[in-house]
Amino acid sequence: MSVTDEPAATGAGGEEIGVPDGTDRGTGGPSTAGPAGSGGTRTARAAGAVGTFADERFGASRIVRGFARKVFPDHWSFMLGEIALYSFVVLLITGVFLTLFYVPSVAPTTYEGSYAPLNGQQVSEAYASTLRLSFDVRGGLLVRQIHHWSALVFAAAILVHMFRVFFTGAFRKPRELNWVVGVVLALLAIFEGFAGYSLPDDLLSGTGLRIASSILLSIPFVGSYLSSFLFGGEFPGEAFIPRLYTIHVLILPAVFVLLISAHLFMVVLHKHTQYPGPGRRDDNVVGYPFYPVYLAKAGGFFFIVAGITTLMAAVFTINPIWAYGAYDPSPVTAGSQPDWYMGFLDGAARLAPGWWEFTAFGHTVSLNVLLPAVVLPGVLSIVAILYPWLESFVTRSRREHHVLDRPRNAPTRTGLGVMAITFYLLLLVSGGNDIIATQLHLSINAITVALRVLVIALPPIAFLVTKRICLGLQRRDRDLVLHGRETGRIVRTEQGEVYEVHEPIDERERWRLVQHQAHRPYEPPSPDETGSGNGHSVTVRDRLRSRLNRFYFRDRVDPVTPAELAAAQASGHGTGPGHGTGEGRSTEAPSTEAAGTTTER
Amino acid sequence: MTDDDRRDAVTPQQRQEPDSGNAPAVPAAGPAPAGEPEPPEGQPVPDRFEDPGLPEHRPRSTDRDPRAARRAEFQVAALFSLSVTGTLLALAAYYTVQVEDDLGVAELLGRLRLSTLLLGIGLFLALFCVGAGVVHWARRLMPGEEWTEHRHVLRGSDTDRAEARRILADGAAESGLGRRPLIRNTLVGALALAPLPAIALLRDTGPLPEDSLSRTFWRAGLHLVRDPEGGRIRPDDLVVGSVVHVMPEGVDEAEHPLEERAKAAVLVIRLDPEDLDQESLGGAHEGIVAYSKICTHMGCPVGLYEQQTRHLLCPCHQSTFDVSRHCQVIFGPAKRPLPQLPLTVDPEGYLVAADGFREAVGPSFWERG
Amino acid sequence: MTTPQMNPPQPTAEARGAGKDTVTAPTARRRRRMATALLVPIGLLTTGLAYTLLAPGSAGAAPTGAEDVSAGRELFLANCSTCHGIDAGGRDLAPSLVGVGAAAVDFQVGTGRMPLRASGPQSPKGSKVTFSQEEIRRLAAYVASLGPGPEIPGASAVDPTLGDPSRGALIFRTNCAMCHNFAGKGGALTQGKYAPDLSDTSPTHIYEAMLTGPGSMPVFADTTLDSESKRDIIAYLDTINEAPSPGGLALGSLGPVSEGLVAWVVGLSALIGCAVWVGARSS
Repeated sequence: MSVTDEPAATGAGGEEIGVPDGTDRGTGGPSTAGPAGSGGTRTARAAGAVGTFADERFGASRIVRGFARKVFPDHWSFMLGEIALYSFVVLLITGVFLTLFYVPSVAPTTYEGSYAPLNGQQVSEAYASTLRLSFDVRGGLLVRQIHHWSALVFAAAILVHMFRVFFTGAFRKPRELNWVVGVVLALLAIFEGFAGYSLPDDLLSGTGLRIASSILLSIPFVGSYLSSFLFGGEFPGEAFIPRLYTIHVLILPAVFVLLISAHLFMVVLHKHTQYPGPGRRDDNVVGYPFYPVYLAKAGGFFFIVAGITTLMAAVFTINPIWAYGAYDPSPVTAGSQPDWYMGFLDGAARLAPGWWEFTAFGHTVSLNVLLPAVVLPGVLSIVAILYPWLESFVTRSRREHHVLDRPRNAPTRTGLGVMAITFYLLLLVSGGNDIIATQLHLSINAITVALRVLVIALPPIAFLVTKRICLGLQRRDRDLVLHGRETGRIVRTEQGEVYEVHEPIDERERWRLVQHQAHRPYEPPSPDETGSGNGHSVTVRDRLRSRLNRFYFRDRVDPVTPAELAAAQASGHGTGPGHGTGEGRSTEAPSTEAAGTTTER
Repeated sequence: MTDDDRRDAVTPQQRQEPDSGNAPAVPAAGPAPAGEPEPPEGQPVPDRFEDPGLPEHRPRSTDRDPRAARRAEFQVAALFSLSVTGTLLALAAYYTVQVEDDLGVAELLGRLRLSTLLLGIGLFLALFCVGAGVVHWARRLMPGEEWTEHRHVLRGSDTDRAEARRILADGAAESGLGRRPLIRNTLVGALALAPLPAIALLRDTGPLPEDSLSRTFWRAGLHLVRDPEGGRIRPDDLVVGSVVHVMPEGVDEAEHPLEERAKAAVLVIRLDPEDLDQESLGGAHEGIVAYSKICTHMGCPVGLYEQQTRHLLCPCHQSTFDVSRHCQVIFGPAKRPLPQLPLTVDPEGYLVAADGFREAVGPSFWERG
Repeated sequence: MTTPQMNPPQPTAEARGAGKDTVTAPTARRRRRMATALLVPIGLLTTGLAYTLLAPGSAGAAPTGAEDVSAGRELFLANCSTCHGIDAGGRDLAPSLVGVGAAAVDFQVGTGRMPLRASGPQSPKGSKVTFSQEEIRRLAAYVASLGPGPEIPGASAVDPTLGDPSRGALIFRTNCAMCHNFAGKGGALTQGKYAPDLSDTSPTHIYEAMLTGPGSMPVFADTTLDSESKRDIIAYLDTINEAPSPGGLALGSLGPVSEGLVAWVVGLSALIGCAVWVGARSS
């Protein structure tokens, strides 16, 4: 879109694929790669034949050349998204198994299965079939539990992955759209999970659906119509479970596959971001080749994820629908909660005070439902989706970013992120306020009142504290660069002075601590050299932008410059004994330097 | 786009350009800052350290020592073998731990638990060990050196852009879209209207709500029966402090019993008439009051009656209603009191509804008023 | 043969009898009338039999004599009268014990809730019971002598093996689960009060609690929840307490909160641990 000039990286556009030992025989089958020459001629011929076949049908050789050796940086935090991806695959596989036995119908039936405490009860087909697949299909309970645990892990991994992307600034240009896709995937995961746990038609899922219908009802003008159309009449109706089933097993998974494909395609297109470090720049990517190392690691990790969710399913009961019983609108259980990923909405609904509801002109507006359950998630999603552009609007950065920020080096962003997480966590906690009350022997009313206050008061405090911590960590980085590492060796000079020997850090380690930019707040250029082309007038937008920019960059700690390091070394820090005279002892250093290089407030 | 990959081939060809924060467009720390309008610098850019470049590759023990490599090979193979064991365990569990119908509940569930556990552990070993083995293999035995690949900015070259712009303009001109507004406008109109049938088709997904949300099964003279056991109730059955969960008689024979139950659930409570305020006494019978059990917040059944404080608590979002004060909300997210079902007794002395609910039960909605 | 016509308290008994076997179940859209017609007489028969055999009190505890009452009075005066008054007529916060019945004493003292140890939102179940079974019996005899009230149920009235756990499950879900949770693990009430975990509560105490409505709990007298229904509830609770959770560890049977916690603390942590291993450079 934007036609600003971008520095083009000088990739030579080389044609070669970097096969290390230069062997490039054969027609492009995977057999040719790999330094270890695999021997057997028959195998090689067979592989060659397959390769030729594939190449002549869809040009496999070019695909292999283009993609097989793509480099992926290695870091554990880059695998959080993979946890989500693999949980999704596990969900697909186990979900298919469940569809073989599940009956998406609320037609009444009498339960006559193995579980005696339900025998003879009138239940829905959906509930009976879920019980059947749990009790009478061997391994069915295991698969159901794998499915449910994977769903919880899926949502958790998405959230943690999102945090990683946020705090490292990986959403910045050119990855804004991929961030959007990610946010949409996160939202869909919540819906998909909700649809999933509503399907067994047990007491808890019915209670959840009832709440969902109430949320629909709270929407002004169209609420009762929406509810009536979605449920096919009044709650609970007979239509909703079959409809939800189609959404759960067909529509949303298809959308997931589509969006995940787009997500991964963009990762390949943009190449993965990398953490700052020696030799890692915005114009390169350092890591392991996809084939074979990363393929093995990623492929192996799939099995690890599948294995661990299986182990959870083997050891922990999840969603004991036999204990909840079939759905009936009259009973309810203490501790009626949604799965954790819906918990923040439930928590918000618990905190909203009743007086938010009012009647005007003969119509009821339930803001006590609408705000926490509809507006809040809507606003959160919109803010999340727009954040990359909001930030670039504020920071005025329009270049591509491929080297990640260390969270401490972006204190404002990190503070905002922690603020959002604090808000989210408090809502989540409030979603479990009754369980907390019973487990910790507290008053549920006291917890709720406290959370009402905290949910407003704590996030800004979290912002400030986090920002302080980030700046403190940056100062510690400075310290480390200037004075080296504490060795723990205490030396006493002949003059009787005692100091600790500091050992300088090596230049590669140092680079990690000094590579970043500490941006200064933007100062508008003088009118004759404006780049924006808007001439002289300073608009409200510009003023807002400047103010936000100041807010964003005001507090900062500059990274050490070579001159500062030289000065520090000249004044005799760290390196060896004999220099420990007077001035600028490392213990005092932070304050002196902070005064020199830090601008706060 | 082609990548040229060189293992360890890239040395820091260019140092990172200082990236100034007060620049409207910050130059990429890339190789070609040329062309980017250099921002006006308010302050002198501090001298910066130089990127020392990739560290030298440190060979792993498996690279240095063939015995270590051999050991790693064995470990990988052992993990794969463990996976085979896991598969066998899962299969064995599948065929040996049988869950038969004729067992007692405790034993049946015990078997099921064993079956789930053994199958799960077998499957866990089968899967996890493959994964662990492959990862171990990749970490220990596959090449441990990192590669460097160039990145290219995503935008095309200026020539590409000019060409693309020209193609698009040419195509637009060829189609005549700009020159023939009649075509354009009718097309826009046609496309805008075409989805309407699709929306209309959704109309029959459900009936119009009409007054369904304001109506319940209750009407004057309908007997109160216990839920779920059934059976009519006499006032004498209730002692002070007792509650009965109640449905209207015949609700299970209704055309849509679940839908009716979802609105008609009622909690009958007997209090000392002294404890009831004037408003509550209106529909009470000898201190017996009946209130809708459907929360006015989000429709959960409000069934947690504390007989000492005479409070009703909703387990879903903790709305608390004071029964002695006509179920006014005293805590939580609900706004409206629970609607009261007026009670009386029939000639035979059984509790009946004196009338239906006088307002809509359950959560609020726009038309509720 | 008992027939519907012969059964004296007509509508109630019929409703009860019908309720016994064709449980009014939620999803029932059409009653299986044929089956009902068959089951009603059977239900009535069992009901009638059950009533004659198990009417509460008929098989009650050892008969209480005058010496029990006077011994109980001694105990009462020594241990309870400070709060409940010399005549057990109640004072400020301590309720009158006239007419609460032996069942209330057996429950409150037998579960260690009384004598009260500390003030709080509610009297918690005691970790140890102050009085011996014999002393409790005497105390109960004394309090029962003050005025008519619910009696301690007999052994057969609380025998879980005689109850129908499936019917008990339905009744439990409507009448009890909203406070005590679906698995009887307890739940929160207002202002720090709570419905206790039922897993360690004896059948007799469960029965007595329903009968007397201790603390915040409403009263479920035999007229509103008949003794069979109570026994069915006891049978259901016994079943779920005895039977292991088929899926593995039950995580406290607290619902999705504990599951979510495990998903994060166990599942995601383990996976992140694995990711750290996968991503770490091998030496």
